[in-house]
Amino acid sequence: MTATEAPPGAPAPKAEPLAVRTPPARKRLVPYWLLLPGLLWLLVFFAAPLVYQASTSIQTGSLEEGFKVTWHLATYWDALGAYWPQFVRSVSYAAVATVLCLLLGYPLAYLIAFKAGRWRNLVMILVIAPFFTSFLIRTLAWKTILADGGPVVGALNALHVLDVTNWLGLTEGHRVLATPLAVVCGLTYNFLPFMVLPLYTSLERIDPRLHEAAGDLYARPRTTFRRVTFPLSMPGVVAGTLLTFIPAAGDYINAELLGSTDQKMIGNVIQSQFLRVLDYPTAAALSFILMAAILTMVTLYIRKSGTEDLV
Amino acid sequence: MAVRDTTAPPAARAPHRGLRWLRRHLVTLAGLATLGYLILPNVVVLVFSFNKPNGRFNYSWQRFSLDAWRDPCGVADLCGSLGLSLRIAVWATLGATVLGTMIAFALARYRFRARSSVNTLIFLPMAMPEVVMAASLATLFLNMGIQFGFWTILIAHIMFCLSFVVTAVKARVMSMDPRLEQAAQDLYASPVQTFLRVTLPIAAPGIASGALLSFALSFDDFIITNFNAGSTVTFPMFVWGSAQRGTPVQINVIGSAMFLIAVLCVVAGQLAGARRKRS
Repeated sequence: MTATEAPPGAPAPKAEPLAVRTPPARKRLVPYWLLLPGLLWLLVFFAAPLVYQASTSIQTGSLEEGFKVTWHLATYWDALGAYWPQFVRSVSYAAVATVLCLLLGYPLAYLIAFKAGRWRNLVMILVIAPFFTSFLIRTLAWKTILADGGPVVGALNALHVLDVTNWLGLTEGHRVLATPLAVVCGLTYNFLPFMVLPLYTSLERIDPRLHEAAGDLYARPRTTFRRVTFPLSMPGVVAGTLLTFIPAAGDYINAELLGSTDQKMIGNVIQSQFLRVLDYPTAAALSFILMAAILTMVTLYIRKSGTEDLV
Repeated sequence: MAVRDTTAPPAARAPHRGLRWLRRHLVTLAGLATLGYLILPNVVVLVFSFNKPNGRFNYSWQRFSLDAWRDPCGVADLCGSLGLSLRIAVWATLGATVLGTMIAFALARYRFRARSSVNTLIFLPMAMPEVVMAASLATLFLNMGIQFGFWTILIAHIMFCLSFVVTAVKARVMSMDPRLEQAAQDLYASPVQTFLRVTLPIAAPGIASGALLSFALSFDDFIITNFNAGSTVTFPMFVWGSAQRGTPVQINVIGSAMFLIAVLCVVAGQLAGARRKRS
């Protein structure tokens, strides 16, 4: 790791040749040596398994007799036919959670970037510190917070919020646990820091003089935000929504801990097919569909929002 | 200016004082509310670490007790799983940081063929739902007949931490002023000296944040571990199991202790940094 960019004794008396001059052959190999171990790791343990999984998804067989590739594409149709509600649920829960994260996270990121002053570090710590308590423990804490007859549910009932959410189909009766609302609330909570941090990073980069300039040009605060701040924070918005949506769509922990069987997401199905039912082809086909769907959505989204420097 | 003054609606100029205050601080209040939402579960975890539940589940408040804090390892397998998680996190951090830093330097400093495909390969693990990576890697291990356990977990953790280290270090190295290194070399520093005395110290914050992120990700990982652990139980796996069997109060004790230690460490670091700056 030490001799990364120039082996000792290489004739480099002056400036680093940044792709301008052709370096000597020995030096040209340096990047490849640097890349080799890490890329091998990714190829063997990330890329190869995906290919392997694609082949598993078209196999048939049983645990006792072993699985063979038979190009049994019907697995895909059967899987989609049986589990499309879970797919729809995953995408819609994740989408709602992402929007909520953006709405909740933006003021917080803005607060840290522009308003916190000398409290900035403290607030930053409070955003990051929850990470140090295992997220499973924190998700279980929501079971306590949203417990039936607890103060939160009581207040929501008294304010008739639950009537509204009942009407929207988010809750049922006078409880929150084991409803879509609980799962979405858990997803939002779990992935909120992944929204706040990239937002903060892009907001913090904005030169405050731009705000002053906008003010000098008679822009009202709202206009400044709409025309200056928000557009400049777009990279953070894109990164944050991706970092929230992708893990939320594949998550099965919130649905398992906070939901009931009616809130199972596609991750729950893959998990139980793989670890309990031991139907590997179906699990493989489902995760392949999930991967394809998410990669398509992400690619379209990145194209549309025009920040390809993310990659 | 005069033109603009007439366009400003007069109603917006002198609303009630409280209302004006509210409007001025609306963003701050919303931000603080979000912060509360983020912190609330930690508070609940902390409070319930002093609970003495009646049944097997620690979900509703019964009465105050210090029992769990006196005996944090009092539940079978709990501290063993915690130790295993820490061990895996340390090794995964080390592996991912070394491999990732090397890749980051290659990407930030060199032009070479297949650069963009390398970038894509680095990006993909971050753009992939964990459950997909988890299931596919487990399929590979299953078919290779590899025994699930410590090593399969470690392999998986290094795999998904790698990309995060690359991203963190690459950003830092890219934003480095190349003239600093040129200056070092003009002052007759050898390439090794330049790297050790100039490049590495400047890249260090990036490497550190990559390593810290790896540690946190590895220590807290559940989904990928769930698929690739076999019968090995890490701390998150223990918590998951206890959500089905009954949650001991000790889980809350360990969760709160880690939270408090982390906050104390950061605050101490901040204070030390502030003092150094002042002197």
